[in-house]
Amino acid sequence: MANAASRLVLPLLALLPIAFLVLFFAWPVASIVGIGLGGSGVTAVLTSGDTWQLVAFTLGQAAAATLVAVLAGMPLAYVMARCKLPGIGVVRTLILVPFVLPTVVVGLAFRALLPDAGVLSIVLANAFFNVAVVARTVGGLWAHTDRRAEEAARALGASRWRAFTSVVLPSIAPAIGSAAAVIFLFCATSFGVVLMLGGARYRTLETEIYLRTVDLFDLPGAAALSILQVVAVIAVLVIGAFARRRRETALRLRGRLETARRPVGGEWIVVAAALAVMVALLVPIVGLVTKSLTTLDGWRALTSTGDSGTLEVSAWEAAGNSLRAATDATIFAMVLGVAAAVVLSQLRRGRAVLGETLDLALMLPLGVSAVTVGFGYLVTLGDLPFDLRTSPLLVPFAQALVITPLIVRTVLPVLRAIDERLRQAAGTLGAGPFRVWREVDLALAGRSLIAAAGFGYVVALGEFGATSFLARPDAPTLPVAIARLIDRPGELNNEMAYAACVVLMLVTVLAVVVIERLTPAVGEF
Amino acid sequence: MTLELQGLSVRYGPIAAVSDVDLSVADGEVVALLGPSGCGKSTLLRAVAGLERPAAGTIRWDGVDLAGVAVHRRDFGLVFQDGQLFPHKDVAANVAFGMRMHHVDRAERAKRVDELLALVGLAGYGQRRVTELSGGEQQRVALARALAPKPRLLLLDEPLSALDRALREQLAVDLAALLRATGTTALVVTHDHDEAFTLADRVALMQGGRIRQVGPPDEVWRRPADDVVAGFLGCTTFVPARADHDVVTSPLGELPLPGSGDGAVLLGLRANALRTDPAGFVRGEVVQRLHRRDHARLLVRLSGEDVPTNPVEAVAPVAGAPEPGDAVRLALDPDGIALTGNLT
Repeated sequence: MANAASRLVLPLLALLPIAFLVLFFAWPVASIVGIGLGGSGVTAVLTSGDTWQLVAFTLGQAAAATLVAVLAGMPLAYVMARCKLPGIGVVRTLILVPFVLPTVVVGLAFRALLPDAGVLSIVLANAFFNVAVVARTVGGLWAHTDRRAEEAARALGASRWRAFTSVVLPSIAPAIGSAAAVIFLFCATSFGVVLMLGGARYRTLETEIYLRTVDLFDLPGAAALSILQVVAVIAVLVIGAFARRRRETALRLRGRLETARRPVGGEWIVVAAALAVMVALLVPIVGLVTKSLTTLDGWRALTSTGDSGTLEVSAWEAAGNSLRAATDATIFAMVLGVAAAVVLSQLRRGRAVLGETLDLALMLPLGVSAVTVGFGYLVTLGDLPFDLRTSPLLVPFAQALVITPLIVRTVLPVLRAIDERLRQAAGTLGAGPFRVWREVDLALAGRSLIAAAGFGYVVALGEFGATSFLARPDAPTLPVAIARLIDRPGELNNEMAYAACVVLMLVTVLAVVVIERLTPAVGEF
Repeated sequence: MTLELQGLSVRYGPIAAVSDVDLSVADGEVVALLGPSGCGKSTLLRAVAGLERPAAGTIRWDGVDLAGVAVHRRDFGLVFQDGQLFPHKDVAANVAFGMRMHHVDRAERAKRVDELLALVGLAGYGQRRVTELSGGEQQRVALARALAPKPRLLLLDEPLSALDRALREQLAVDLAALLRATGTTALVVTHDHDEAFTLADRVALMQGGRIRQVGPPDEVWRRPADDVVAGFLGCTTFVPARADHDVVTSPLGELPLPGSGDGAVLLGLRANALRTDPAGFVRGEVVQRLHRRDHARLLVRLSGEDVPTNPVEAVAPVAGAPEPGDAVRLALDPDGIALTGNLT
């Protein structure tokens, strides 16, 4: 818009997330990288065979989990996008629950289910988390893709399968690629699950960084591994960004009702497959609830500090800490994420490079080890004029860093889908730039903002990696408390952990139901 | 109360979308910018609205330069091709939007919304959702919305192009009447001749980012500035001719054309320039015959000296139209002819 005030507003708005990223992400991570490069440790680590085995295992399990998640997610994506069946709304909601379940809860659920499965349980648990990403990202695009191209292919003599592979698949491929990249990232840096299920035997870069930092005090070694991880993550993100760019701009929406219909013939096989996946997703959740209900001792003990004072506070207090921290984190992240989304949606096409870079920079925290970031905070934040390391805001800041990218990804597609001419129409009718934003953008994206906040809140509630690093022992969040309860021996601790998991899960499910009622059709997860 | 553009240019990077345009719109006048798609007419309109920044030149309203005036302070209404109604507001709220921005009080707003909806023929539609409206209704609401704050100038960007043909003709007539009745000063962008000629007091022809000709509709239609403009206005064949005391003489015969002056001219033939006529001067052989709604369209290869070598179009009555291969005689019809002095 040709007007001085609005030209200034945008850079100022951009400054907010950029400053936060620099202070609470780039600087801590860079200083860790610096430590790694400074010592001789980095060459020792890079030349060690163990390291490369670690890298291979990390990438291998992530690739396997991504594959499983994509294969399991596709039938669900199809059913959610194309089928008019009763209960689809319930499926849409249920599918989101695993994605936002705290990693500790999932780790525990799979441990209860497959006590000695090792690698298999790690892969399945990581895939379990991410089926929703495939179903919703791919399903979202699929639902709005015109059916007529497919019908044209059928009319030209293609079988249903052939029409799928030659017409439908290419058109939804960007979404699959984008979803796979995100999932790979999540799995490669997955912490809680691997820590709980892998034990000492199966380690990834992420858990190894944690181990070396906390147990072995091998900071240069940990830093060297962090560098490896950052490099790998950036490579994957760049690929994902390319896939995503094709899609968000090319979104030509059609109403879902226009494209959904009752399945016929062979399509019922896909519906059956989707149903099987749904059941498989429910098994760990049901298992966990059953296990927690075998005895009520765990539930009663939630008011206590566990067997012989395992915790410094009661489980209910830990739950209170969780709610407080998640609230603060959500407020920070909403301010940052909405500012970033507004800036990104307003950048003209000529500034595509700038937009891509900012977009990528915002996604980076999703992929860089939360452990590395947490570790970086401890190294750098002491240098600030105000010491954040003892502040109750430290944990919310770290959680905000993790959830901001999710908020951007939820809000941005909606803002981008708003026709620029709608804003221009408001402008010619006498609305100034801020008024335009309020009357058009905010009014149209309002629901997605609330959904983003709810979504961020749930993820912050379950955040484990960075929080476990930063939460003080006298103020643990619920996931941190659960991990500690499991770590220590004692039957009561175990029972308490299961009960606490169910509490966390219930809060999550409740939040998801609320989000689902508010989420508009466009949006990534 | 006039809009005045001087030397206006708009560039998209290295591409000049609008080059050195001079144009004025007087109080209460309706000017149509007519041109093929991609000629820069919409860009010109957007620059006037304040949505594009000119690379050079000035836009003045009543002598005041608008360069530093933001979109929302120009008091210019804008109607897009596809309405662009606010999907989250009902019809009444859409129409009231501009008045709300201008702090018109609630009672006054409600009154004017009713007035405007009645004016565009949608009385009683206030509480409807805009997504329930047909394309034509949406466009009427968009018009009411733009008129509601009483803009100094109304800008219409292809206001009827998204509608189907019958509706378009109806709405064009309604719109012309409405603009006259409200004394609205307007600048209309269109690629449709009928739309331009129905709505406008003056037509400005744009091609390649420049204005080639400005004038009243009949003048532009009969006396296009050059053969390119004539080509855009439907002339497919050009025949060199001489004008002498309002009579034009060409290889196609003599034709009285008042106002043609003296000297060398170029006759631009439209599809209806030649009609079958047993006493006609022009001879030829029918190559092809097509049926149209109310006449037959012939493609005729002409014979005679200096006549166009490519087959030309001619009109015949539906009943008894000649067959391909038949010899025909044709006469010039002044309604199908444009006279231009220049070859570019």
